[in-house]
Amino acid sequence: MTELLTAEALLQDRSIAMRLANLRLVEVAGSGHYGPCFSCMEILVSLYYRFLRVRPDEPDWAGRDRFVLGKGHACSALYPILADLGFFPDSLLDTFTRLGSRLGDHPDMRKIPGIDFSSGSLGHGLSIGTGMADGVRLAGLDSRVVVLMGDGELNEGQVWEAAGYASHRGLSNLLAIVDANRVSVDGTTAELLSYEPIDQRFAAFGWHAERVDGHSHHDLLAAYEAFDARRAADPDGPPTVLVADTVAGKGVDFIEGMAEWHVGYLGGTDRERAVASIRRMFSSEEQ
Amino acid sequence: MRTAMTFSPDGRRNAADLHDSSSFDHVGRDAGADFAAGRVLADLADADPRIVVGCADLTYVTRLSTFGARHPRRFLYYGISERNMIGAAAGLATTGHIPYVCTFACFSAILAYENIRTDLAYPQVPVRILATHAGISMGFFGTSHHATEDIAALRAVAGLTVLSPCDPVATEAMLRATVGHDGPIYFRIGRGREKAVYTDPTQLRLDRPTTLTQGGDVLLLATGVMVQEALAAAATLATDGIGATVVDVHTLKPFPRTVIAELAAAHSSVVTVEEHTIEGGLGTLTVEALAAAGVGTPVHKHGLRDEFAIIGPPTHLYQYYGLDPHGIATVVRRMHEHRARTPLVSEPLWTPDDRAAVLAARS
Repeated sequence: MTELLTAEALLQDRSIAMRLANLRLVEVAGSGHYGPCFSCMEILVSLYYRFLRVRPDEPDWAGRDRFVLGKGHACSALYPILADLGFFPDSLLDTFTRLGSRLGDHPDMRKIPGIDFSSGSLGHGLSIGTGMADGVRLAGLDSRVVVLMGDGELNEGQVWEAAGYASHRGLSNLLAIVDANRVSVDGTTAELLSYEPIDQRFAAFGWHAERVDGHSHHDLLAAYEAFDARRAADPDGPPTVLVADTVAGKGVDFIEGMAEWHVGYLGGTDRERAVASIRRMFSSEEQ
Repeated sequence: MRTAMTFSPDGRRNAADLHDSSSFDHVGRDAGADFAAGRVLADLADADPRIVVGCADLTYVTRLSTFGARHPRRFLYYGISERNMIGAAAGLATTGHIPYVCTFACFSAILAYENIRTDLAYPQVPVRILATHAGISMGFFGTSHHATEDIAALRAVAGLTVLSPCDPVATEAMLRATVGHDGPIYFRIGRGREKAVYTDPTQLRLDRPTTLTQGGDVLLLATGVMVQEALAAAATLATDGIGATVVDVHTLKPFPRTVIAELAAAHSSVVTVEEHTIEGGLGTLTVEALAAAGVGTPVHKHGLRDEFAIIGPPTHLYQYYGLDPHGIATVVRRMHEHRARTPLVSEPLWTPDDRAAVLAARS
């Protein structure tokens, strides 16, 4: 229990640090994807610091787990994590979006160590992930494949082509996570074009589907553990989807849940307020 | 992992108990069709564990069933979901595999254009698209099943290679020569009914277009299924005393600009023939190559104009659009006699009247 608490404290610390690092990227670019980056920060942090088997000094290691950021617009949440883990020098972050940089506002696998596939066009990621899941198994590797999508992204029909394929094929090594932050650019997904109940839709496509609190490292880690247990018990079992209930812009209390903050810029005093709000994260939670 | 399709050892499917020789199912419709890819890839895969094949519900029609029967573990069935298949192939390629995914040209280059661009070309993964039934070869299936824009669309995609084999021997030669290619490749393939142009794969060199006949007057550039038609047209023209050099332009991207310009410079006029719109295809590529080289030989682009094809059996459509030996020979003859005042002869040399005559003769 103590160990788990320690782990959770470490992850919370990284969650805060990576949000602050994201603000640094926003300053460089003059624009940031606050909403979709902060909604998935706990998912990214828990994956990269506790779950994914990767080698920062050997990013192309064949036996690694794969991660596909379907919602590529959240890459400025991921870049600081990759730098923190040592995939590339921290100084590279200062080039974010600048002319000739390797780091664009959507990730390029040919330019950035640690990015397993280029993304930016929604709806592609799950298909890519099924190919990776098939590929590692055909190659006799034990790798897991994780695909992170947004809930708005589920509007793309190709997602459901891939969902149908993955369950029929029995890709138990495929873990999809839906960052259900309940907004897309134009408003709330509930009003615009709801795909709820997302978990039941995936279940109907033959997936093992669970809802988790996407801001609880504890719940996320438990769900990853259960995924591994199922995979070990039945290698040809269904793929897993975690529908992570999240809040867009989580951590910056005055923009949380607002579709208007898919992209924007918080300057001066507002930036200071954002920093203060982020530092307060987790402090009210019972440990 | 579950195996998606089960194949009989010879790759054939269930045959109904038919009692009349005129009956056929959808595989038998093109009995004898040869796309080369199924058998060639099955052979290559015997020695190369990287090769995998994906299909989107046209497995028997495209004869990739031959591969599935011999390598069931490395055959992946995606159902009628071409975008997903191309994305999945990109993922497979990142794990050390060389995926060949097959469907009709209309359902790859046109339906899944963005996946080709964004999932294959942008990340430069070694996925090969086997796009069969290109052009208007699907005949009366209509425009939904035609692909007369794929060259124009794909020539604009950076880092993509576009190959256009004219017969199964050419397909085999190109498949064998490109296994190790680093980036994505689009194979524009016909309907499997093509007459043999090549007799041996060694006759085709990937690094330059193939000159099939030599003539002193007109340079006749053709690609894909039009090569056989151009050859037949050249034979007709020879009896009229017009010498045509027929060249199989099997590689469209990267386009062999220098060779094409040199060939053009040695002739009095150029006619390009393609089962494709003349807006952005072989003809356009040729005009650009000549302009870049400062070669002023007049060019006529022969193919579909700014239009969708009418309905008809494939052979009748080729006649209607002047893409059969008679039509091509007519166009070349007119171009040869034409006193071109501009480097591009843009008015149709196969005229609406010519089309109307074919239609009248057929109805």
